[in-house]
Amino acid sequence: MSGVTWSPSEREVERRRVRRRDRTRGAVIATSVTLLVVVVLVWLVTSSPGWPRVRETFLSWPDAKASFPEIAKGFWTNVKLFLIAEPLILVIGILVAVTRSTVSPWLTPVRAAAVLYTDLLRGVPTLLVVVLLALGVPALRLTGVTTSLFWLTLVALVLSYGAYVAEVVRAGIESVHPSQIASAQALALSRHQTMRHVVLPQALRRVAPPLLNDFVSLQKDTALVSAVGVFEALFAAQDYGNYNFNYTPLLVAAAFFVALTIPLARFTDWLGRRAVRRERGR
Amino acid sequence: MTSPVISARGLRKTYGDRVVLDGIDLDIHQHDVVCLIGSSGSGKSTLLRCLDLLEEIDDGVIELDGREVSDPHVDPRAVRREIGMVFQAYNLFPHLSVLANCTLAPVRVHGTPADEAAARALELLERFGLGDKADAHPDQLSGGQQQRAALVRALCTGPRVLLLDEITAALDPELVGEVLEMVRAEAEAGMTMVLATHEMAFAREVATSVCFLDRGRILEQGPPGEVLTAPREERTRQFLRRVLPG
Ligand SMILES: Nc1ncnc2c1ncn2[C@@H]1O[C@H](COP(=O)(O)OP(=O)(O)O)[C@@H](O)[C@H]1O
Ligand SMILES: [Mg+2]
Repeated sequence: MSGVTWSPSEREVERRRVRRRDRTRGAVIATSVTLLVVVVLVWLVTSSPGWPRVRETFLSWPDAKASFPEIAKGFWTNVKLFLIAEPLILVIGILVAVTRSTVSPWLTPVRAAAVLYTDLLRGVPTLLVVVLLALGVPALRLTGVTTSLFWLTLVALVLSYGAYVAEVVRAGIESVHPSQIASAQALALSRHQTMRHVVLPQALRRVAPPLLNDFVSLQKDTALVSAVGVFEALFAAQDYGNYNFNYTPLLVAAAFFVALTIPLARFTDWLGRRAVRRERGR
Repeated sequence: MTSPVISARGLRKTYGDRVVLDGIDLDIHQHDVVCLIGSSGSGKSTLLRCLDLLEEIDDGVIELDGREVSDPHVDPRAVRREIGMVFQAYNLFPHLSVLANCTLAPVRVHGTPADEAAARALELLERFGLGDKADAHPDQLSGGQQQRAALVRALCTGPRVLLLDEITAALDPELVGEVLEMVRAEAEAGMTMVLATHEMAFAREVATSVCFLDRGRILEQGPPGEVLTAPREERTRQFLRRVLPG
Protein backbone atom coordinates (compact mmCIF):
# COMPACT_ATOMS: atom_id res chain seq x y z
CA MET A 1 0.00 0.00 0.00
CA SER A 2 1.07 3.56 -0.54
CA GLY A 3 0.64 4.18 3.22
CA VAL A 4 4.28 3.23 3.66
CA THR A 5 5.64 5.86 1.30
CA TRP A 6 3.18 8.58 2.28
CA SER A 7 4.52 11.68 3.99
CA PRO A 8 2.32 14.62 4.95
CA SER A 9 2.02 17.49 2.47
CA GLU A 10 3.23 20.95 3.40
CA ARG A 11 -0.37 22.06 3.95
CA GLU A 12 -0.99 19.18 6.35
CA VAL A 13 2.21 19.91 8.28
CA GLU A 14 1.11 23.54 8.57
CA ARG A 15 -2.38 22.43 9.65
CA ARG A 16 -0.95 20.20 12.37
CA ARG A 17 1.21 23.07 13.59
CA VAL A 18 -1.89 25.31 13.81
CA ARG A 19 -3.87 22.63 15.67
CA ARG A 20 -1.00 22.12 18.11
CA ARG A 21 -0.73 25.86 18.70
CA ASP A 22 -4.51 26.08 19.30
CA ARG A 23 -4.27 23.26 21.82
CA THR A 24 -1.41 24.93 23.68
CA ARG A 25 -3.30 28.20 23.75
CA GLY A 26 -6.36 26.37 25.12
CA ALA A 27 -4.29 24.83 27.91
CA VAL A 28 -2.76 28.21 28.83
CA ILE A 29 -6.20 29.84 28.97
CA ALA A 30 -7.62 27.00 31.08
CA THR A 31 -4.77 27.21 33.60
CA SER A 32 -4.75 30.97 33.99
CA VAL A 33 -8.54 31.30 34.28
CA THR A 34 -8.65 28.57 36.93
CA LEU A 35 -5.80 30.14 38.90
CA LEU A 36 -7.45 33.54 38.76
CA VAL A 37 -10.77 32.20 40.05
CA VAL A 38 -9.08 30.33 42.91
CA VAL A 39 -7.02 33.36 43.95
CA VAL A 40 -10.09 35.63 43.97
CA LEU A 41 -12.15 33.13 45.97
CA VAL A 42 -9.42 32.62 48.57
CA TRP A 43 -8.95 36.35 48.87
CA LEU A 44 -12.72 36.93 49.30
CA VAL A 45 -12.98 34.35 52.07
CA THR A 46 -9.83 35.27 53.99
CA SER A 47 -10.55 39.00 53.90
CA SER A 48 -14.05 38.63 55.36
CA PRO A 49 -14.49 40.15 58.85
CA GLY A 50 -15.42 36.85 60.52
CA TRP A 51 -12.50 34.95 59.06
CA PRO A 52 -10.19 34.85 62.15
CA ARG A 53 -13.01 33.44 64.28
CA VAL A 54 -14.00 30.88 61.62
CA ARG A 55 -10.40 29.81 61.29
CA GLU A 56 -10.21 29.16 64.97
CA THR A 57 -13.36 27.04 65.25
CA PHE A 58 -13.34 25.26 61.90
CA LEU A 59 -9.70 25.07 60.88
CA SER A 60 -7.80 24.10 63.98
CA TRP A 61 -5.04 21.70 63.11
CA PRO A 62 -4.61 20.24 66.67
CA ASP A 63 -8.33 19.47 66.84
CA ALA A 64 -8.25 17.87 63.41
CA LYS A 65 -5.42 15.63 64.50
CA ALA A 66 -7.01 14.78 67.83
CA SER A 67 -10.38 13.84 66.32
CA PHE A 68 -8.98 11.93 63.35
CA PRO A 69 -8.72 8.40 64.86
CA GLU A 70 -12.28 8.38 66.20
CA ILE A 71 -13.70 9.72 62.91
CA ALA A 72 -11.75 7.17 60.94
CA LYS A 73 -13.16 4.44 63.16
CA GLY A 74 -16.67 5.84 62.67
CA PHE A 75 -16.16 6.12 58.94
CA TRP A 76 -15.53 2.41 58.72
CA THR A 77 -19.21 2.02 59.73
CA ASN A 78 -20.24 4.25 56.80
CA VAL A 79 -18.15 2.17 54.45
CA LYS A 80 -19.67 -1.08 55.75
CA LEU A 81 -23.17 0.40 55.49
CA PHE A 82 -22.94 1.29 51.83
CA LEU A 83 -20.89 -1.71 50.78
CA ILE A 84 -23.64 -3.97 52.09
CA ALA A 85 -26.49 -1.68 51.04
CA GLU A 86 -25.47 -1.05 47.42
CA PRO A 87 -25.86 -4.60 46.07
CA LEU A 88 -29.08 -5.07 48.01
CA ILE A 89 -30.47 -1.82 46.61
CA LEU A 90 -29.58 -2.83 43.10
CA VAL A 91 -31.34 -6.18 43.49
CA ILE A 92 -34.48 -4.61 45.00
CA GLY A 93 -34.48 -1.84 42.40
CA ILE A 94 -34.29 -4.26 39.49
CA LEU A 95 -36.87 -6.63 40.98
CA VAL A 96 -39.35 -3.83 41.59
CA ALA A 97 -38.76 -2.25 38.17
CA VAL A 98 -39.16 -5.57 36.36
CA THR A 99 -42.27 -6.35 38.40
CA ARG A 100 -43.78 -3.05 37.37
CA SER A 101 -43.21 -3.77 33.69
CA THR A 102 -44.88 -7.22 33.73
CA VAL A 103 -48.25 -7.59 32.07
CA SER A 104 -49.62 -10.90 33.35
CA PRO A 105 -53.02 -10.48 35.07
CA TRP A 106 -51.91 -13.00 37.74
CA LEU A 107 -49.25 -10.61 38.92
CA THR A 108 -51.61 -7.68 39.50
CA PRO A 109 -51.30 -7.78 43.32
CA VAL A 110 -47.48 -7.88 43.12
CA ARG A 111 -47.52 -5.00 40.66
CA ALA A 112 -49.77 -3.02 42.96
CA ALA A 113 -47.42 -3.72 45.87
CA ALA A 114 -44.47 -2.53 43.78
CA VAL A 115 -46.27 0.71 42.88
CA LEU A 116 -47.27 1.29 46.50
CA TYR A 117 -43.69 0.65 47.64
CA THR A 118 -42.09 3.11 45.23
CA ASP A 119 -44.73 5.76 45.85
CA LEU A 120 -44.47 5.52 49.64
CA LEU A 121 -40.71 5.21 50.03
CA ARG A 122 -39.86 7.89 47.55
CA GLY A 123 -42.30 10.19 49.30
CA VAL A 124 -41.08 9.75 52.88
CA PRO A 125 -37.78 11.53 53.75
CA THR A 126 -34.95 9.03 54.16
CA LEU A 127 -34.19 10.43 57.61
CA LEU A 128 -37.74 9.64 58.71
CA VAL A 129 -37.51 6.07 57.41
CA VAL A 130 -34.28 5.63 59.38
CA VAL A 131 -35.81 6.97 62.60
CA LEU A 132 -39.07 5.04 62.18
CA LEU A 133 -37.33 1.72 61.66
CA ALA A 134 -34.67 2.22 64.32
CA LEU A 135 -37.18 3.23 66.99
CA GLY A 136 -40.31 1.43 65.79
CA VAL A 137 -39.08 -2.09 65.15
CA PRO A 138 -37.44 -2.67 68.56
CA ALA A 139 -40.60 -1.29 70.18
CA LEU A 140 -42.61 -4.09 68.59
CA ARG A 141 -40.55 -6.63 70.58
CA LEU A 142 -40.78 -9.18 67.81
CA THR A 143 -38.92 -12.38 68.48
CA GLY A 144 -36.25 -13.28 65.96
CA VAL A 145 -36.03 -9.74 64.55
CA THR A 146 -32.80 -7.92 65.13
CA THR A 147 -32.65 -4.91 67.41
CA SER A 148 -29.19 -3.96 66.19
CA LEU A 149 -29.31 -0.33 65.14
CA PHE A 150 -26.71 -0.98 62.46
CA TRP A 151 -28.88 -3.52 60.67
CA LEU A 152 -32.14 -1.65 61.18
CA THR A 153 -30.75 1.58 59.75
CA LEU A 154 -29.18 -0.42 56.93
CA VAL A 155 -32.61 -1.82 56.05
CA ALA A 156 -34.05 1.70 56.15
CA LEU A 157 -31.43 2.96 53.69
CA VAL A 158 -31.97 -0.04 51.40
CA LEU A 159 -35.76 0.44 51.38
CA SER A 160 -35.53 4.15 50.73
CA TYR A 161 -32.89 3.97 47.99
CA GLY A 162 -34.40 0.82 46.46
CA ALA A 163 -37.44 2.89 45.54
CA TYR A 164 -35.32 5.51 43.78
CA VAL A 165 -33.23 2.97 41.95
CA ALA A 166 -36.36 1.07 40.89
CA GLU A 167 -37.62 4.18 39.13
CA VAL A 168 -34.28 4.79 37.44
CA VAL A 169 -34.17 1.21 36.18
CA ARG A 170 -37.78 1.41 35.03
CA ALA A 171 -37.00 4.53 33.01
CA GLY A 172 -34.14 2.60 31.43
CA ILE A 173 -36.39 -0.34 30.58
CA GLU A 174 -38.92 1.95 28.96
CA SER A 175 -36.25 3.69 26.91
CA VAL A 176 -35.36 0.50 25.06
CA HIS A 177 -36.83 0.79 21.59
CA PRO A 178 -39.90 -1.40 20.87
CA SER A 179 -38.20 -2.78 17.77
CA GLN A 180 -35.71 -4.50 20.10
CA ILE A 181 -38.51 -6.30 21.89
CA ALA A 182 -40.11 -7.18 18.56
CA SER A 183 -36.82 -8.67 17.33
CA ALA A 184 -36.48 -10.71 20.51
CA GLN A 185 -40.03 -11.97 20.24
CA ALA A 186 -39.47 -12.80 16.60
CA LEU A 187 -36.67 -15.10 17.77
CA ALA A 188 -39.35 -16.77 19.94
CA LEU A 189 -37.79 -15.62 23.19
CA SER A 190 -40.24 -15.66 26.09
CA ARG A 191 -41.19 -12.42 27.84
CA HIS A 192 -38.89 -13.36 30.69
CA GLN A 193 -36.00 -14.15 28.33
CA THR A 194 -36.61 -10.95 26.40
CA MET A 195 -36.38 -8.95 29.61
CA ARG A 196 -33.36 -10.85 30.92
CA HIS A 197 -31.25 -11.05 27.75
CA VAL A 198 -32.32 -8.14 25.56
CA VAL A 199 -34.06 -5.37 27.49
CA LEU A 200 -32.34 -5.33 30.90
CA PRO A 201 -28.74 -5.36 29.60
CA GLN A 202 -29.44 -2.36 27.36
CA ALA A 203 -31.47 -0.61 30.05
CA LEU A 204 -28.83 -1.05 32.75
CA ARG A 205 -26.01 0.10 30.49
CA ARG A 206 -27.99 3.19 29.67
CA VAL A 207 -28.84 4.04 33.29
CA ALA A 208 -25.43 3.20 34.75
CA PRO A 209 -24.48 6.89 35.19
CA PRO A 210 -27.67 7.91 37.05
CA LEU A 211 -27.45 4.70 39.11
CA LEU A 212 -23.91 5.48 40.19
CA ASN A 213 -25.11 8.98 40.94
CA ASP A 214 -27.64 7.51 43.36
CA PHE A 215 -24.88 5.44 44.92
CA VAL A 216 -22.71 8.50 45.45
CA SER A 217 -25.71 10.06 47.12
CA LEU A 218 -26.13 6.95 49.30
CA GLN A 219 -22.53 7.16 50.46
CA LYS A 220 -23.28 10.56 51.91
CA ASP A 221 -26.65 9.56 53.30
CA THR A 222 -25.09 6.83 55.41
CA ALA A 223 -24.39 9.79 57.73
CA LEU A 224 -28.16 9.98 58.39
CA VAL A 225 -27.92 6.99 60.71
CA SER A 226 -26.12 9.21 63.23
CA ALA A 227 -29.59 10.59 64.00
CA VAL A 228 -30.44 7.45 65.97
CA GLY A 229 -27.03 7.20 67.60
CA VAL A 230 -25.19 4.78 65.36
CA PHE A 231 -21.50 5.47 65.81
CA GLU A 232 -20.22 6.60 62.41
CA ALA A 233 -18.09 9.46 61.05
CA LEU A 234 -20.55 12.33 61.52
CA PHE A 235 -21.53 11.05 64.98
CA ALA A 236 -17.87 10.86 66.01
CA ALA A 237 -17.23 14.36 64.68
CA GLN A 238 -20.23 15.88 66.46
CA ASP A 239 -19.32 14.06 69.62
CA TYR A 240 -15.85 15.58 69.61
CA GLY A 241 -17.20 19.00 68.64
CA ASN A 242 -19.75 19.15 71.47
CA TYR A 243 -17.12 18.10 73.96
CA ASN A 244 -14.36 20.48 72.87
CA PHE A 245 -16.35 23.39 71.38
CA ASN A 246 -14.54 23.10 68.11
CA TYR A 247 -16.07 22.17 64.77
CA THR A 248 -12.95 21.27 62.83
CA PRO A 249 -13.89 17.55 63.08
CA LEU A 250 -16.94 18.25 60.90
CA LEU A 251 -14.58 19.27 58.11
CA VAL A 252 -12.47 16.19 58.77
CA ALA A 253 -15.58 14.02 58.38
CA ALA A 254 -16.50 15.92 55.20
CA ALA A 255 -13.02 15.23 53.84
CA PHE A 256 -13.54 11.50 54.45
CA PHE A 257 -16.78 11.51 52.47
CA VAL A 258 -15.30 13.54 49.62
CA ALA A 259 -12.28 11.25 49.43
CA LEU A 260 -14.68 8.38 48.92
CA THR A 261 -17.11 9.96 46.44
CA ILE A 262 -14.58 11.52 44.07
CA PRO A 263 -13.15 8.18 42.86
CA LEU A 264 -16.69 6.87 42.30
CA ALA A 265 -17.59 10.02 40.36
CA ARG A 266 -14.52 9.63 38.10
CA PHE A 267 -15.41 5.95 37.67
CA THR A 268 -18.92 7.00 36.59
CA ASP A 269 -17.47 9.38 33.99
CA TRP A 270 -15.17 6.68 32.71
CA LEU A 271 -18.02 4.15 32.42
CA GLY A 272 -20.08 6.67 30.47
CA ARG A 273 -17.26 7.41 28.04
CA ARG A 274 -16.55 3.72 27.56
CA ALA A 275 -20.21 3.04 26.74
CA VAL A 276 -20.15 5.77 24.11
CA ARG A 277 -16.91 4.43 22.61
CA ARG A 278 -18.30 0.92 22.42
CA GLU A 279 -21.62 1.75 20.83
CA ARG A 280 -20.31 4.32 18.37
CA GLY A 281 -17.15 2.35 17.68
CA ARG A 282 -14.63 5.10 18.17
CA MET B 1 -15.57 26.53 -17.30
CA THR B 2 -17.01 27.79 -13.98
CA SER B 3 -15.10 27.14 -10.77
CA PRO B 4 -16.27 24.12 -8.76
CA VAL B 5 -18.63 24.41 -5.78
CA ILE B 6 -16.74 21.74 -3.86
CA SER B 7 -13.26 20.66 -4.70
CA ALA B 8 -11.08 18.07 -2.98
CA ARG B 9 -7.36 17.71 -3.58
CA GLY B 10 -5.20 14.88 -2.30
CA LEU B 11 -7.74 13.92 0.35
CA ARG B 12 -6.40 11.38 2.82
CA LYS B 13 -8.17 9.77 5.76
CA THR B 14 -6.91 7.04 8.06
CA TYR B 15 -8.40 5.14 10.98
CA GLY B 16 -5.38 4.02 12.97
CA ASP B 17 -3.17 2.18 10.45
CA ARG B 18 -5.99 1.79 7.95
CA VAL B 19 -5.81 4.14 4.99
CA VAL B 20 -9.46 4.65 4.05
CA LEU B 21 -9.09 7.54 1.59
CA ASP B 22 -5.84 7.77 -0.32
CA GLY B 23 -5.29 10.88 -2.42
CA ILE B 24 -8.82 11.65 -3.58
CA ASP B 25 -9.17 14.43 -6.19
CA LEU B 26 -12.73 15.44 -6.93
CA ASP B 27 -14.42 18.52 -8.39
CA ILE B 28 -18.14 19.13 -8.08
CA HIS B 29 -19.54 21.92 -10.25
CA GLN B 30 -22.92 23.53 -9.96
CA HIS B 31 -25.76 21.27 -11.26
CA ASP B 32 -23.41 18.25 -11.26
CA VAL B 33 -24.83 14.93 -10.14
CA VAL B 34 -21.81 12.88 -9.13
CA CYS B 35 -22.41 9.20 -8.36
CA LEU B 36 -19.89 7.37 -6.18
CA ILE B 37 -19.87 3.64 -6.86
CA GLY B 38 -17.64 0.94 -5.48
CA SER B 39 -17.80 -2.11 -3.28
CA SER B 40 -18.69 -1.95 0.38
CA GLY B 41 -15.77 -0.58 2.40
CA SER B 42 -14.23 1.29 -0.54
CA GLY B 43 -14.63 4.61 1.30
CA LYS B 44 -17.78 6.18 -0.20
CA SER B 45 -19.38 7.07 3.13
CA THR B 46 -16.08 8.31 4.52
CA LEU B 47 -15.59 10.58 1.51
CA LEU B 48 -19.06 12.10 1.94
CA ARG B 49 -18.51 12.56 5.68
CA CYS B 50 -15.18 14.28 5.01
CA LEU B 51 -16.78 16.65 2.50
CA ASP B 52 -19.33 17.63 5.17
CA LEU B 53 -16.45 18.11 7.66
CA LEU B 54 -17.91 15.41 9.88
CA GLU B 55 -14.46 13.77 9.94
CA GLU B 56 -11.09 15.42 10.44
CA ILE B 57 -8.95 14.64 7.40
CA ASP B 58 -5.31 13.55 7.59
CA ASP B 59 -4.09 15.37 4.52
CA GLY B 60 -5.25 17.24 1.47
CA VAL B 61 -7.44 20.26 0.94
CA ILE B 62 -11.21 20.71 0.66
CA GLU B 63 -12.54 23.91 -0.86
CA LEU B 64 -16.08 25.27 -0.88
CA ASP B 65 -16.56 28.02 -3.49
CA GLY B 66 -12.80 28.33 -3.76
CA ARG B 67 -12.27 28.87 -0.03
CA GLU B 68 -10.31 26.28 1.88
CA VAL B 69 -12.60 24.76 4.52
CA SER B 70 -10.17 22.11 5.75
CA ASP B 71 -8.39 24.88 7.63
CA PRO B 72 -8.58 24.23 11.40
CA HIS B 73 -9.88 27.74 11.93
CA VAL B 74 -12.87 27.40 9.62
CA ASP B 75 -16.12 26.93 11.54
CA PRO B 76 -17.47 23.59 10.26
CA ARG B 77 -21.01 24.67 11.04
CA ALA B 78 -20.74 27.51 8.57
CA VAL B 79 -19.88 24.91 5.92
CA ARG B 80 -22.60 22.46 6.94
CA ARG B 81 -25.20 25.24 6.72
CA GLU B 82 -24.57 25.25 2.96
CA ILE B 83 -24.69 21.49 2.57
CA GLY B 84 -27.51 18.98 3.06
CA MET B 85 -26.78 15.39 3.99
CA VAL B 86 -28.97 12.30 4.09
CA PHE B 87 -27.84 9.01 5.63
CA GLN B 88 -28.63 5.40 4.87
CA ALA B 89 -30.43 4.92 8.19
CA TYR B 90 -32.76 7.97 7.80
CA ASN B 91 -31.66 9.34 11.20
CA LEU B 92 -34.87 11.29 11.72
CA PHE B 93 -35.26 12.47 15.31
CA PRO B 94 -37.81 10.07 16.81
CA HIS B 95 -39.01 12.49 19.48
CA LEU B 96 -40.10 15.12 16.93
CA SER B 97 -42.94 15.12 14.42
CA VAL B 98 -42.02 15.05 10.73
CA LEU B 99 -42.78 18.75 10.47
CA ALA B 100 -40.69 19.57 13.55
CA ASN B 101 -37.83 17.51 12.11
CA CYS B 102 -38.00 19.66 8.99
CA THR B 103 -38.22 23.04 10.71
CA LEU B 104 -35.61 22.45 13.41
CA ALA B 105 -32.56 23.61 11.45
CA PRO B 106 -34.25 26.41 9.47
CA VAL B 107 -35.54 27.95 12.70
CA ARG B 108 -32.63 27.25 15.07
CA VAL B 109 -29.68 27.51 12.69
CA HIS B 110 -30.81 29.74 9.85
CA GLY B 111 -33.05 32.02 11.88
CA THR B 112 -36.07 31.56 9.61
CA PRO B 113 -39.29 32.69 11.34
CA ALA B 114 -41.19 29.62 12.58
CA ASP B 115 -44.30 30.16 10.45
CA GLU B 116 -42.24 30.71 7.32
CA ALA B 117 -40.19 27.57 7.96
CA ALA B 118 -43.35 25.55 8.58
CA ALA B 119 -44.97 26.84 5.40
CA ARG B 120 -41.92 25.95 3.33
CA ALA B 121 -41.61 22.51 4.96
CA LEU B 122 -45.29 21.78 4.37
CA GLU B 123 -44.98 22.82 0.74
CA LEU B 124 -42.06 20.43 0.25
CA LEU B 125 -43.76 17.62 2.18
CA GLU B 126 -46.86 18.19 0.04
CA ARG B 127 -44.84 18.10 -3.17
CA PHE B 128 -43.27 14.79 -2.25
CA GLY B 129 -46.54 13.20 -1.12
CA LEU B 130 -46.03 13.52 2.63
CA GLY B 131 -48.53 16.32 3.26
CA ASP B 132 -50.71 14.13 5.47
CA LYS B 133 -47.71 12.89 7.51
CA ALA B 134 -46.54 16.28 8.77
CA ASP B 135 -47.83 15.68 12.29
CA ALA B 136 -46.89 12.01 12.44
CA HIS B 137 -43.79 10.83 14.29
CA PRO B 138 -41.07 9.04 12.29
CA ASP B 139 -41.79 5.61 13.80
CA GLN B 140 -45.30 5.74 12.36
CA LEU B 141 -43.96 6.01 8.81
CA SER B 142 -42.80 3.36 6.36
CA GLY B 143 -39.11 3.23 5.49
CA GLY B 144 -39.69 4.94 2.17
CA GLN B 145 -41.72 7.67 3.80
CA GLN B 146 -39.08 8.16 6.48
CA GLN B 147 -36.34 8.49 3.90
CA ARG B 148 -38.42 10.94 1.85
CA ALA B 149 -39.01 12.93 5.05
CA ALA B 150 -35.25 12.89 5.70
CA LEU B 151 -34.68 14.25 2.18
CA VAL B 152 -37.24 16.99 2.76
CA ARG B 153 -35.52 17.81 6.05
CA ALA B 154 -32.24 18.24 4.17
CA LEU B 155 -33.91 20.36 1.47
CA CYS B 156 -35.66 22.65 3.96
CA THR B 157 -32.48 24.60 4.69
CA GLY B 158 -32.05 25.37 0.98
CA PRO B 159 -28.64 23.70 0.64
CA ARG B 160 -26.28 24.43 -2.26
CA VAL B 161 -25.16 20.81 -2.39
CA LEU B 162 -26.82 17.56 -1.32
CA LEU B 163 -24.71 14.63 -0.09
CA LEU B 164 -26.67 11.37 -0.18
CA ASP B 165 -25.16 8.25 1.34
CA GLU B 166 -26.80 5.09 -0.05
CA ILE B 167 -30.17 6.46 0.89
CA THR B 168 -32.05 3.55 -0.65
CA ALA B 169 -29.86 0.75 0.68
CA ALA B 170 -32.07 0.07 3.71
CA LEU B 171 -35.35 0.11 1.75
CA ASP B 172 -37.65 -2.52 0.28
CA PRO B 173 -37.16 -2.68 -3.50
CA GLU B 174 -40.70 -1.41 -4.03
CA LEU B 175 -39.99 1.62 -1.84
CA VAL B 176 -36.71 2.45 -3.59
CA GLY B 177 -38.57 3.93 -6.55
CA GLU B 178 -40.42 6.60 -4.61
CA VAL B 179 -37.20 7.86 -3.01
CA LEU B 180 -35.22 7.82 -6.27
CA GLU B 181 -38.13 9.65 -7.93
CA MET B 182 -37.58 12.45 -5.47
CA VAL B 183 -33.84 12.54 -6.11
CA ARG B 184 -34.47 12.57 -9.84
CA ALA B 185 -36.84 15.53 -9.44
CA GLU B 186 -34.20 17.43 -7.49
CA ALA B 187 -31.55 16.58 -10.08
CA GLU B 188 -33.81 17.85 -12.85
CA ALA B 189 -34.44 21.03 -10.88
CA GLY B 190 -30.68 21.60 -10.99
CA MET B 191 -29.65 20.58 -7.48
CA THR B 192 -25.95 19.86 -7.13
CA MET B 193 -25.52 16.39 -5.66
CA VAL B 194 -22.97 13.80 -4.67
CA LEU B 195 -24.46 10.40 -4.02
CA ALA B 196 -23.08 7.05 -3.01
CA THR B 197 -25.31 4.44 -4.58
CA HIS B 198 -25.65 0.84 -5.66
CA GLU B 199 -28.51 1.68 -8.06
CA MET B 200 -26.60 1.44 -11.34
CA ALA B 201 -29.61 2.00 -13.56
CA PHE B 202 -30.40 5.17 -11.68
CA ALA B 203 -26.78 6.34 -11.85
CA ARG B 204 -26.71 5.77 -15.59
CA GLU B 205 -29.83 7.88 -15.96
CA VAL B 206 -29.26 10.91 -13.73
CA ALA B 207 -25.50 11.11 -13.14
CA THR B 208 -23.46 13.71 -14.97
CA SER B 209 -20.38 11.86 -13.80
CA VAL B 210 -19.62 8.52 -12.17
CA CYS B 211 -16.65 7.85 -9.85
CA PHE B 212 -15.52 4.31 -9.20
CA LEU B 213 -13.88 4.07 -5.76
CA ASP B 214 -11.56 1.22 -5.02
CA ARG B 215 -9.69 0.90 -1.71
CA GLY B 216 -9.90 4.60 -1.03
CA ARG B 217 -8.86 5.80 -4.48
CA ILE B 218 -10.87 7.07 -7.42
CA LEU B 219 -9.83 4.50 -9.96
CA GLU B 220 -11.95 5.78 -12.77
CA GLN B 221 -14.18 8.79 -13.35
CA GLY B 222 -16.24 9.93 -16.32
CA PRO B 223 -19.71 10.21 -17.83
CA PRO B 224 -21.97 7.26 -16.97
CA GLY B 225 -22.00 6.14 -20.60
CA GLU B 226 -18.25 5.54 -20.41
CA VAL B 227 -17.64 4.26 -16.89
CA LEU B 228 -20.72 2.04 -16.70
CA THR B 229 -20.68 0.66 -20.24
CA ALA B 230 -17.09 0.70 -21.39
CA PRO B 231 -14.85 0.96 -18.31
CA ARG B 232 -11.12 1.29 -18.85
CA GLU B 233 -10.06 -0.50 -15.68
CA GLU B 234 -10.29 -4.22 -15.10
CA ARG B 235 -11.34 -3.71 -11.46
CA THR B 236 -14.26 -1.55 -12.57
CA ARG B 237 -15.33 -4.27 -14.98
CA GLN B 238 -15.14 -6.87 -12.22
CA PHE B 239 -17.23 -4.69 -9.91
CA LEU B 240 -19.86 -4.01 -12.56
CA ARG B 241 -20.11 -7.71 -13.42
CA ARG B 242 -20.85 -8.41 -9.77
CA VAL B 243 -23.55 -5.74 -9.33
CA LEU B 244 -25.20 -5.67 -12.72
CA PRO B 245 -27.73 -8.40 -13.33
CA GLY B 246 -27.24 -10.61 -16.38
N1 LIG C 1 -15.24 5.02 12.58
C1 LIG C 1 -14.45 4.12 11.94
N2 LIG C 1 -13.41 3.53 12.58
C2 LIG C 1 -12.61 2.65 11.95
N3 LIG C 1 -12.75 2.28 10.68
C3 LIG C 1 -13.75 2.82 9.97
C4 LIG C 1 -14.65 3.76 10.56
N4 LIG C 1 -15.54 4.13 9.61
C5 LIG C 1 -15.22 3.45 8.50
N5 LIG C 1 -14.15 2.66 8.70
C6 LIG C 1 -13.51 1.80 7.69
O1 LIG C 1 -13.25 2.57 6.57
C7 LIG C 1 -13.48 1.83 5.39
C8 LIG C 1 -14.39 2.58 4.46
O2 LIG C 1 -15.66 2.64 5.04
P1 LIG C 1 -16.89 3.36 4.33
O3 LIG C 1 -16.47 4.74 3.96
O4 LIG C 1 -18.05 3.24 5.25
O5 LIG C 1 -17.09 2.48 3.03
P2 LIG C 1 -18.36 2.42 2.07
O6 LIG C 1 -19.30 3.51 2.46
O7 LIG C 1 -17.79 2.59 0.71
O8 LIG C 1 -18.95 1.06 2.25
C9 LIG C 1 -14.04 0.49 5.83
O9 LIG C 1 -13.03 -0.47 5.72
C10 LIG C 1 -14.43 0.70 7.25
O10 LIG C 1 -14.23 -0.48 7.99
MG1 LIG D 1 -21.26 3.32 3.21
